[in-house]
Amino acid sequence: MSDLVMLLTVFVLAIFVGIEIITKVPPTLHTPLMSGSNAISGITIVGALLLAGALQGTEYFHPVGKPLALVALVFATINVVGGYVVTHRMLKMFRRK
Amino acid sequence: MSIEHLTNTLYLVASILFIYDLKLLARPRTAVTGNYLGALGMVLAVVATLISGRYDWGMIVLGVAIGSVIGAVTALRVKMTAMPEMVGLFNGFGGAASVLVAGSAMMAAFTAYSGGPAPTGGDLQMKIATVASGIIGSVTIFGSYVAFGKLAEFLCVKWKLKTWQKVVKYGVSAATAIGAIWYGVVHWNPKSAIEDIYALVFILSGLAIGGLLLLKKDRFPGMDALKVISAVASVAFGVLVVMQPENVLLYWALVGVSGILGVLLTVSIGGADMPVVIALLNSYSGLAATATGFVINNNVLIIAGALVGASGVILTNIMCKAMNRSLANVLFGTMGPTGDTPDADKVYRTVKAASADEVAMVLDSAQRVVIVPGYGMAVAQAQHAVRDLANQLEARGTTVEYAIHPVAGRMPGHMNVLLAEADVPYDKLIEMDYINPTMAQVDVVIVVGANDVVNPVARTDPKSPIAGMPIIDVDKARTVVVIKRSLSPGFAGIPNPLFAMDNTLMFFNDGKKAILELIAAIKEL
Repeated sequence: MSDLVMLLTVFVLAIFVGIEIITKVPPTLHTPLMSGSNAISGITIVGALLLAGALQGTEYFHPVGKPLALVALVFATINVVGGYVVTHRMLKMFRRK
Repeated sequence: MSIEHLTNTLYLVASILFIYDLKLLARPRTAVTGNYLGALGMVLAVVATLISGRYDWGMIVLGVAIGSVIGAVTALRVKMTAMPEMVGLFNGFGGAASVLVAGSAMMAAFTAYSGGPAPTGGDLQMKIATVASGIIGSVTIFGSYVAFGKLAEFLCVKWKLKTWQKVVKYGVSAATAIGAIWYGVVHWNPKSAIEDIYALVFILSGLAIGGLLLLKKDRFPGMDALKVISAVASVAFGVLVVMQPENVLLYWALVGVSGILGVLLTVSIGGADMPVVIALLNSYSGLAATATGFVINNNVLIIAGALVGASGVILTNIMCKAMNRSLANVLFGTMGPTGDTPDADKVYRTVKAASADEVAMVLDSAQRVVIVPGYGMAVAQAQHAVRDLANQLEARGTTVEYAIHPVAGRMPGHMNVLLAEADVPYDKLIEMDYINPTMAQVDVVIVVGANDVVNPVARTDPKSPIAGMPIIDVDKARTVVVIKRSLSPGFAGIPNPLFAMDNTLMFFNDGKKAILELIAAIKEL
């Protein structure tokens, strides 16, 4: 099986898993769901790390691309850290009685 | 086991943790644990990446440190009422990260630099995925910025702005336009007319975006045509990028025209529809991450992005249903069928105004009270006062519940968060579909800062702009108390006959003051 078909398979199956589990989230928790999934979409941090941290002469290095990836790294980290922290703040309010 | 295997196995574990994160979010009791698992998954994904090769650690530490500080400070300081703005803005950051990562990866693969090795190139999958990242990411960036600006009330408004709003609004417009001109001029190549066309497209895109952000209205003539043109141009530039991936200027031109599309798609959407837009942009930011996963052949990006994409689509759907509108109608149409709006003066002829004492007497004999909060309650910062009133009534033996309309706040589930912040237990927050069948047994309904979502016209008048929208049937309760400053209409701009019904008492006052007066009046009973 080619790489592309593999990746597409993973993508389609993940969509089905996503629909299955997210349908069960009650309206009460929709805002934390959005901020939490926002944090997950910060997964682009993985790509930003590869490109912003690339050493000269390696596969992902480009002198113009590297500073752009650094900016991407900042954005992705804001998403990840901000997303999880704010979700935690909200969920704590729901937990206490 | 090689390092590569370890990295990929850790990516798999991270993906599983993300799925568990969302699964545990289904219950308030397990949700906190879920969030921890998600954060752990993210840490694992980062660790897996960092052990897979050698890195320029200075850059990594710098980027992560800046991002962490900004992210943490924003997240800790943001007010719960401003949550939609923050999520809106963060969606845009996700889109920006995808655009930049894809662009950077494309440069590394296709563009030579002096002193470097020959570029290794990439396959068709990478090229197409880069285009997808560029288009979806750019639409997300500019769409999110517009959504943020509309929620923070500085874009598409006619009134006077506060200083910070002016700085952001004009600053972003100027930066976009000047940045585009600067980049276009630097890349102007007198020897190549075709290159100059690309540079010109980039400059014009920047000017168009900067200009559109200064609009004072949601819509203008020819807007839909412009949407189609920018969509077609995005696809056309996408094809060009696939054909000439070594030309970086083309990629930025693609990002530019897609940015125009992003602005146009969001500018035309009215304030009442913001919950839909935020959910939709959430979905886009996930799909942009997925596309970036296809660029760098990475499973965890594809899986995580797909989960977010699915979540956004589901929430978009729920929000559309709650407003009885199709997604196409939200994106392209105007508000429903606009028949003759009934004359407000005629509708409101029989309105009865009541004082705090009168309302307190009604509440005194009530056994079951339902509070219907709207966004107006949050604007008046009345949620803590509302909770105090509920506690006071409960201490007198009255049952108090809250009826929550799906679009009561400005993003999905927003009202629940606002009430949770005021220490209202979540099991007292009842969804519309559960409370409606029991409405006839409710003694008193208190409507605070809500209007369109309790307008019975949605059920009775098929010509009304809100016809068919699910509403909370407060008119079926024995007595309705509406706390409102005046008889002004809600987002839909139509009068609400509920206010003039025989069993309705209007308590004209600011939300918070009204509730405080009520609390005092009940104490004196």
